[in-house]
Parts: sequence; C-alpha cells; structure tokens
Amino acid sequence: MLEALIIAAEEGEAVNPLIPAWYDIVYSIIPFLLVLFVFWKVVLPRMQATLDERSAKIEGGIKQAESAQAEAKAALEEYNKLLAEARAEASKIREQARVDGGAILADLKEQASAEAARITATAQQQIEAERQAALVSLRAEVGTLALDLASGVIGESLTDDKKATAIVDRFLADLEASEKAAK
Amino acid sequence: MLLRLVIVAVLILVFWLGTRKMQLVPGRFQGTVEMGLDLVRVNIAEDLLGKKDGRRFLPLLTTIFFLVLFMNLTGIIPGINIAGTSVIGLPLVLAVASYIAFIYAGLRKHPGAFLRNALFPPGVPWPLYIIVTPIEFVSMFILRPITLTLRLLMNMVVGHLLLVLFFSASAFFMTDLGGGWILAGIGTQLFGVAFTFFEILVAVLQAYVFTLLTAVYLQLALAEEH
Repeated sequence: MLEALIIAAEEGEAVNPLIPAWYDIVYSIIPFLLVLFVFWKVVLPRMQATLDERSAKIEGGIKQAESAQAEAKAALEEYNKLLAEARAEASKIREQARVDGGAILADLKEQASAEAARITATAQQQIEAERQAALVSLRAEVGTLALDLASGVIGESLTDDKKATAIVDRFLADLEASEKAAK
Repeated sequence: MLLRLVIVAVLILVFWLGTRKMQLVPGRFQGTVEMGLDLVRVNIAEDLLGKKDGRRFLPLLTTIFFLVLFMNLTGIIPGINIAGTSVIGLPLVLAVASYIAFIYAGLRKHPGAFLRNALFPPGVPWPLYIIVTPIEFVSMFILRPITLTLRLLMNMVVGHLLLVLFFSASAFFMTDLGGGWILAGIGTQLFGVAFTFFEILVAVLQAYVFTLLTAVYLQLALAEEH
C-alpha cells in the first residue's frame, strides 16, 4: 500500500518550483497592475482626501475654539472696562456732589451770616436812633428840670428864655466836652 | 491561476466599498479599511521614508502589502487551500517591481552618484574595492530581488506543504488504515488546525516583511549618504 503510493508520487512529472511558467508571470503581472492602479488612482486619493478633510476639520475646530475664547476674553475685557468706567463715573459724581454740597453749605452759611449781620446792623441803627431820640428828649427834660431846680434855689425865675437856653446849652456842651475827653 | 483574478476582484471590491463613501467619523467597515491602509501608510511608508517620499511610494507599498496579504490568506481558505503567492510568478513580479522602484528612486534622487556610491562606497580605502565592489554588486542587484522572491515563496510553499501533509496524513490514517491509527489521525488533524492558525500569522508577517524590505531598499536608495 505505502510502496504503491510512493511509486505513484514518483511517477508524476517533476516540476521545479523555482522556474516560472509564462502564464504564471502573466497572471501575476495582471493582478499586480490592477491592484496598483486601483490603489494609486482610487483608494489612496480617497483616503488622502479624507485624512486632509479630517485634519482640516480638527484644525478648524481648534481655530473656532480659539476664536471663541478670544471673543470671550474680549467681552470680559469690555465688561471690565465698562465696570471700571462706571465706577469712575460714580466716584466722580459722588465727588462732585460732595463739592457741590460743600459749596451750597458755604453759600447758605454766608447768606445766614450776612442776614445776621444785616439784622444786627438794623438793630444797632434802631438802637442808635432811639438813643438819639432819648438823648434829645432827655436833654429838653433835663434842661427844664435843672432850670426849675435852679429857679428854686436862687429864687429867681430864670424865665428869661434867652438866658436860660444859653445856660443850658453851655452846660450840655461842657458835659459833651468832658464826655469826649473821657473817651 | 484564474484564482488570482478572483482574489484581485475581492481585494478591489473590499477597498472600493471601504472608501466609497468616506465619512469623517468612520463606521466599522470604513474604520477597518482605514486601519489597514494606515498600517502601511504610518508604520511603513512614513516611518521609513518620511512624509514626502512616503507619499510618493505609498501606492506601490500599499499594493505590495495587500496583494501579498490577500494572496497569502487564500492558503488557508477552505476550498481554495493554496496561496496565490506559493507559485513563483507573483513573488517574482513583486520583487521585480520593488527592484525597479528602488533603482528608479536612487537614479532619480542621485542621478550620477547612485551607482557609484552603491558599488564603491565612499570612505573605503581603494584596494578594498576589489572585494567590496563585487559583494555590493551581488547583494544589491542580484540577491535583493532573489531573497525577496524566495522568502515569500518558500514560506508559502512550506506552509502549504505542511497543511497538505497534516490533512492528507489525517485522511490516510483515518480512512485507509483505520483501527489504532485513528488516534494518530486525530493528532495530525489537531496539528493541521494549529498550523492553519499559524499560517494566518505567517501570511500577515510575510506581507509586512515584503513591504518593509521594499521600503528599506527605497530608503537606502534615497538616503543622502550611502
């Protein structure tokens, strides 16, 4: 049995596997060229296009994120700037109000003091006028009294008006002179 | 040999459908296809050749990788059971393509200096050229395509032979001999299954190695200093 198989195998034509048959070469070149063509012209360009598109998309995404971030940053800066401006404005207004308030207060004080001065001056004038009036009436009164008294004392009527008036006037003039000297 | 055309049709169909409606956020199928393409693009082409040259030679590298991979995988598909790369034609054609590519790349980049630098490496004392030049010539222009071809071919042939051996031995033990031999048949059958999985690894590995070596040859040809 075994011997028969071995003999059968040996009877087959010996083929050297290292020497290619012509049809083998032909059927090798055709697949090679076909596959090369498909990869070269179809598959790899498609693949490359996809890879390019993908990387473009990723780059686009990164760029978009960057721009969004920049936008947010700009908005934040704007907000901060506005906030600072508002703060500055508020403090300016406050300062202005303080200054204005001070000015108003000073004005009022001035007015008040002017009013007070005016009232004081009026009062003084009034007092002075009243004093003058009192002085005048007093002078007349004192003259009469003094003349009466002197008449009484010397028993002689000093009714001679001219004399009497002269005496009184001299007396009062003396009095005023002494007053002035005392001042 | 028509088998290869069927495989090519499957390969083209997969990648055609996989890249037909490219979405920015890939679905499962597109994601898988992209993962495969990225393996070649990032791990082989861009790592070794850099962005610019990697892109130039990407079609060639991708073609080699997926053609070898799909052809290798047919070795373990039930009903086909033979790798498209286990007959010398395809490995030879691919090796020649790689050979043409790296010589073309070298001549294009360093029109005058490529062959001189390759055969007479600078910085070597001139008497040594007697030894170095034949070695360089043989290794670069003869051995590279041959090793590329044979490495892939032999891996696939041997894998195929192993599987044939295991499964026909199982059949022989179980049906022709019978009796106590059935146990041996079970053993060989299990080994056959294990080696089928091993063949998947080999298929991927060989596709990767073939592509990687092509990229390395391209890189050496493009390098400023040889």
